[in-house]
This record gives sequence, C-alpha cells and structure tokens, in this order.
Amino acid sequence: MTGDIAVLGAGLHPWGKWGRNFVEYGTAAARAALADAQLDWRDAQLVVGADTVRGGYPGHVAGAAFAQALGWQGARVSSVYAACASGAQAINTARAQILAGMVDVALVVGADAAPKGFFAPAGGDRPDDPDWLRFRVLGATNPVYFGLYARRRMARYGDTPQDFAQVKVKNAAAGAVNPNARYRKAVSAEEVAASPVVADPLRLLDICATSDGGAALVLSSMAFARRRGVAPVRIRAVSTVTPRYPRTALDLPDFATDSAAAVPPPEVGFRASIAAAAYEEAGTGPADLDLAEVYDLSTALELEWYEDVGLCPAGEGAKLLREGATALGGRVPVNPSGGLASFGEAVPAQAIAQVCELTWQLRGQAGGRQVPGARCGLAANQGLFGHGAAVIAVR
Amino acid sequence: MERTPVVSGWFSGDGDDFRLLGTRCRACGSVFFPRADAFCRNPSCDGTELDQTPLSRTGTVWSYTDSRYRPPAPYPCDPEAPWEPFTVLAVELAAERMVVLGQAAPDVTTADLAVGMAVELVPGVLHRDAERVWGTWHWRPTGVAV
Repeated sequence: MTGDIAVLGAGLHPWGKWGRNFVEYGTAAARAALADAQLDWRDAQLVVGADTVRGGYPGHVAGAAFAQALGWQGARVSSVYAACASGAQAINTARAQILAGMVDVALVVGADAAPKGFFAPAGGDRPDDPDWLRFRVLGATNPVYFGLYARRRMARYGDTPQDFAQVKVKNAAAGAVNPNARYRKAVSAEEVAASPVVADPLRLLDICATSDGGAALVLSSMAFARRRGVAPVRIRAVSTVTPRYPRTALDLPDFATDSAAAVPPPEVGFRASIAAAAYEEAGTGPADLDLAEVYDLSTALELEWYEDVGLCPAGEGAKLLREGATALGGRVPVNPSGGLASFGEAVPAQAIAQVCELTWQLRGQAGGRQVPGARCGLAANQGLFGHGAAVIAVR
Repeated sequence: MERTPVVSGWFSGDGDDFRLLGTRCRACGSVFFPRADAFCRNPSCDGTELDQTPLSRTGTVWSYTDSRYRPPAPYPCDPEAPWEPFTVLAVELAAERMVVLGQAAPDVTTADLAVGMAVELVPGVLHRDAERVWGTWHWRPTGVAV
C-alpha cells in the first residue's frame, strides 16, 4: 500500500461541441477546481497537463499551455500522454511527486477539442506507426474494434443487442441529470434500435461520440489538507499497468494478439489486471465499491468492464445489468455521471472527469445522480497501445 | 497491372501458396505478426535472431464486424465513389495460438459469418488508383468458389 493524497478541488468545463481552443476548456476547469479547493493558482507548486494530440505530437504540450493561460507563476510542470489513459497518468504523476514530498499542492488539467467524425491518425505517410497502419491497411476505425468485441460477447456469452441498448438507456438516464454532460436527455431502447448500424452489431447510439471538454483536479498531501482543517476525499490507489506477455486480447491499434504458442498466457488478462492492481494497492476489493466509473467507449464494452473490475464473473455482465444492479438506485451504480454515453470522449480530460465524478459522489454533492452514502469509488479506463489505468478514491 | 503490397514483407505468394509472413524467434520459438525482426518480445527471452515464418493459411472466426461508414485517411478509397461497406474478421490461428485481423473478401458480409466458422487466407485488392493496384490479404469462408 502507498499513502493517500487529498482531492481538494474538482472542476469541469461542460462537455459539448463548442468549437473553441482546448486551452480555454482546460483553463475554465482549472479555475473551477481551484475555486472548489479555495486555493489560488499561485499556491499550485506543480501543474500536470494531460496532453491532447494534434499532428502527431502532443499539441501545445499541454502542461505549459495551461500554466501560460492561468498566468506563468513558476510552478513545476509535467506533460503526460497515454491516449485515453492520459488523465489518469497525469493524476499519478502529481500523486507521485506529492507522495515523494517534492510538492504539497498540484493542479492536474486535461482538455480537448475533438474533430468531427471518427478519430483519425496524424497525416503523412507513416508506415512505422501501427495506428496509421491500421487505418491504411484495414480501415479499422475505433468502432470496428468495438464491433468485434461486441460480436464476440454475443457469441461467447449470449449477450444481445437489446442488452447493449439497455446500457445506453441506463447511462442516458443518469446523464440527463448531470449538468456537465453533453447529452442530457433520456434515450429509449427503441431509439437505440432505430439508429444506424456503424459497426455491426453496434449502432450509432451504442458508440460514444467525440467531444470538447475540460477537467481539472487540485490534489495535495494529506498533511497539507489537515493543516487546512478539511477532511477531503482521498485517492488511495492509481494503477498504471501494462499488459503481460503474451497479451491474448485484441486491442487497438493492433493487427494481431501476441502468440501464446511458446509462452502460456498469464492467469489474469490485461483488462482484469488494471483494476486488480488498484485493489491491491488500496487494500480493497470489488465488494467495497459503492460506485464505479468505467470507460464505456461502447455499450458492450461497459458490460466487459463489469467483469474486468470484478463486479461479476466473466460472462455475467449482461445479467448484472438486467438485474438493475448497475443503474442509479442499484447495488453498485456504474457510470452515475452518465459515462461516455452521455459525455462523448474528450480524450485527455476523460479520466480526470471520472475522478471529478468520484469526488462529488463521495462528498455527497452529486445532486440528482447521487449514490447515497458512497464511501468508495473506482474509475477505470484503458488507453490504446497498452496503457491501463484505474483510480480508487475513498471518503 | 501488377499488385503492389500495401505493406511490404507482411505477405507473399499466389493462390494456395499465399501466406501472411511472421517471424519466429530462434531462441524461444515465439511467433510475431506483424513481424518482429530485431528483438524477441518475450520478456524472458534475449533472442535477437528471428526467422521469417509463414502463418497458417486457415483459421476460425474469433469475431467479425463491418464498416458501414467510410474510414478517414489514410484508408485508400475513391471519395467520389459511393461507399460500399467492408467486413472485418478476427481469425484465430490454432498452431500460432493468436488472433489476426483482416478484411473479408469483398463478397462476404456479416450475414455470411459466424463465430467459430472455418476461414482461409486469400490474396485481395485493397484499392486501385491510376498508377497502382494495392494488394492485401483477405479472409474468406473455406470452400467458397473464387
């Protein structure tokens, strides 16, 4: 086990398609988080930016872009890119420096302005980049991978398109009462079924959109929080694991899994190992969770997360959903924020936004989507190329 | 017009001899596709000598999907032509104990497929432009006439 750090402030810029510079969203979120923490920006000794990527490199190199926008004040800076896991790694970078005693107060910011349509790789002729190659050779957009996973679940576990639609219905109901969500209205199973197929068996409303948005957290040492006389939400664990060889689950942007012919696969697969590492570090388990925020890039993928974070055995994700256990009011609500289904993905902001939601839930400030008496929450996500990330927060 | 491989060194041969090309570590026997030529990626192996090895021609469907919308660049296609969805397969190779992606042959739709179905590798065309025919690999249910 490692030590706790304190969450002093959380802030979001609402998700949407606003068409402005990502720095503006991040700065708005940072100001909101600082106000929530009742701290001045000049109190932050470290700023960590979760990077967005433009033209094949981390655009504006995010940590310094936010520091400049907030006003140069000399803080240490770090900029982190780990695809969808960028935000969680940014949190972990701040946490490591806090736990090492290098800084007392850190500001973590992630923001993005997403282009319309499919995510696409940077331009040019870049055959050494697997992400470029999968588009070039296979035309394999992200939804193609989501479709493969969904079909596999149908064949292996008997999940149905109706189960997948029900995930959207559940998350839309939660997002409808979240003022920061992009989509704030209820969606019916019929509306999901009437939306066009994007990647069989998944339809448009099964797949998360790409959004603009910004998220920020003010993190501190427990000693600093105590000196200020607050009993904060604490981050107890951050998992940032990579897969173990041979990796036998197909992942973006890969053309193939590793071969298990010469070396047997590990007992715990990559996705299950993401939460397992966080549980081990926190000294908790899935039975301790009051809620979870998981990366529902597609509806079917949310069911997979139920199993991978240990809420139910493999293959029983749809059963857990049908029982209502993961809806607001259920035994362990999943994505009470509304999830990516209601937000759409603003890549470097998303994992930070998950932890903002945990913070508000654990403080009892989540309004109409509040999980009563929540004391322990998990956020889990996965960035392409093998970046696992999970955060456990407690009150 | 002669076919130009969309990626060089990933496949070769004609007809029944057409194969995906991986590499095999001389020290531990691990197989890699896409090919690893300089270093073995097994963490408990220091191998640096890897030999080209053809992968199995046949496998079983692990999963499948399709692309109902036009993928963005660099997917090669004619933006003026109406979009024709293509099917994508993930195919399990028994000997290699791995799953390999590929587009299906052009006439194969998701309605023709089921998880566990036997498929075979065939040469295919990814795109034709003014200068070239870009060659690739396709998967197709076994026993289907060309």
